[in-house]
Amino acid sequence: MQHTRNQDTLVGLFVASGIAGLFFLAMHVSNLSSFTDEDSYTITAKFENSGGLKVKSPVSAAGVKIGKVTSITFDPKTYKSVVQLSINSKYNTLPDDTTASVFTAGLLGEQYVNLEPGGSDTFLKKGGEIEITQSAIILEKAIGQFLFKSAAEEKK
Amino acid sequence: MDFIENLGSGTRASFNKLGRGTHFLIQIFSGVISVLLRPRLLLKQMYSVGVMSFLIITISGLFVGMVLGLQGYYTLSDFGAEETLGVMVAASLVRELGPVVSALLFAGRAGSALTAEIGLMKATEQLSGMEMMAIDPVKRIVTPRFLAGLISMPLLAGLFSAVGIMGGQIVGCGLLGVDEGAYWAQMQSNIDFYDDIINGVIKSIVFGFVTSWIALFEGYDSIPTSEGVSRATTRTVVNSAFTILGLDFILTALMFGDH
Repeated sequence: MQHTRNQDTLVGLFVASGIAGLFFLAMHVSNLSSFTDEDSYTITAKFENSGGLKVKSPVSAAGVKIGKVTSITFDPKTYKSVVQLSINSKYNTLPDDTTASVFTAGLLGEQYVNLEPGGSDTFLKKGGEIEITQSAIILEKAIGQFLFKSAAEEKK
Repeated sequence: MDFIENLGSGTRASFNKLGRGTHFLIQIFSGVISVLLRPRLLLKQMYSVGVMSFLIITISGLFVGMVLGLQGYYTLSDFGAEETLGVMVAASLVRELGPVVSALLFAGRAGSALTAEIGLMKATEQLSGMEMMAIDPVKRIVTPRFLAGLISMPLLAGLFSAVGIMGGQIVGCGLLGVDEGAYWAQMQSNIDFYDDIINGVIKSIVFGFVTSWIALFEGYDSIPTSEGVSRATTRTVVNSAFTILGLDFILTALMFGDH
């Protein structure tokens, strides 16, 4: 009887530690914990060029992550990229003249949307649209411009 | 002519084995309810299959994670990207190494033991003895072991990954000086719960299924002599390893294809 009881305890410990391991993976390793505060609102921003932005790319303000990109579509009428941003409801005081720009974290890092609040007294609401946007900097374009410029200077 | 004949008989034999294996699996499933009604049988097998594999899985997981931390650091520091060490360690463990390595260890530790046990029971005619007493040996002996393997495998794989990630953290943050906050934060923002963790768990369930099935079938199907049992044990380990690695490729292609 003692023997089977020991076995029960050990099996119990084994199952508990296995579940604890899986729980650790879910809560501490993955992004599940950031999903728990599902409360968020969506705003739209239209970019001339959204570059390498992807769905799930972070949206940050002053360097702090406040939301994520939920969809990127091409608008065939204005030829712009329509980006839906899901912002955490905690941050519902973004002024309606906020600027959205696509930045790159580091030289080779991932691209993200940076929001720079303006000075307006009215706030962006659910479904609102950011009017002022700044496109992603395309490295090839920048290099091209630079080369063109330096070639023109040499001619002088 | 001989070659053609061998090919034909080989094909026939492998189809025959596949048929017997499937029939065996159906027999195992038919015993599930009666085992669940007597959970003590299952618990005993959970002990010998799961608890006894606990130590080898956690220690291997720790070392695999530590090696990943070291190797990852050396490569990533060339690009000044040490902060992404956490992502690299966690992604490789959760997606691939956790399920695969723990399944390989499981096949070696628990699978071979299952085959030898069942094979020896057959060789010493314990299984026929049970049949004489009108006890179905598949229901009484095999199904509890199968279920124990099926339940233990995802738990062991989860433990392996969790311990490995901590091992990577010990080496990366403790010895090599990667920032601890960046290690976890980068990991959390890049590892997806459904895409990575759940898929890893599904993989480990599939591996637990096939390893237990192969181990039990090889034991049950073995030639009841000492040589036959030893051959069956070898086949268990070899076939399990092939099946795990092959299935892993297929599952990875299906799960992570659109990334």
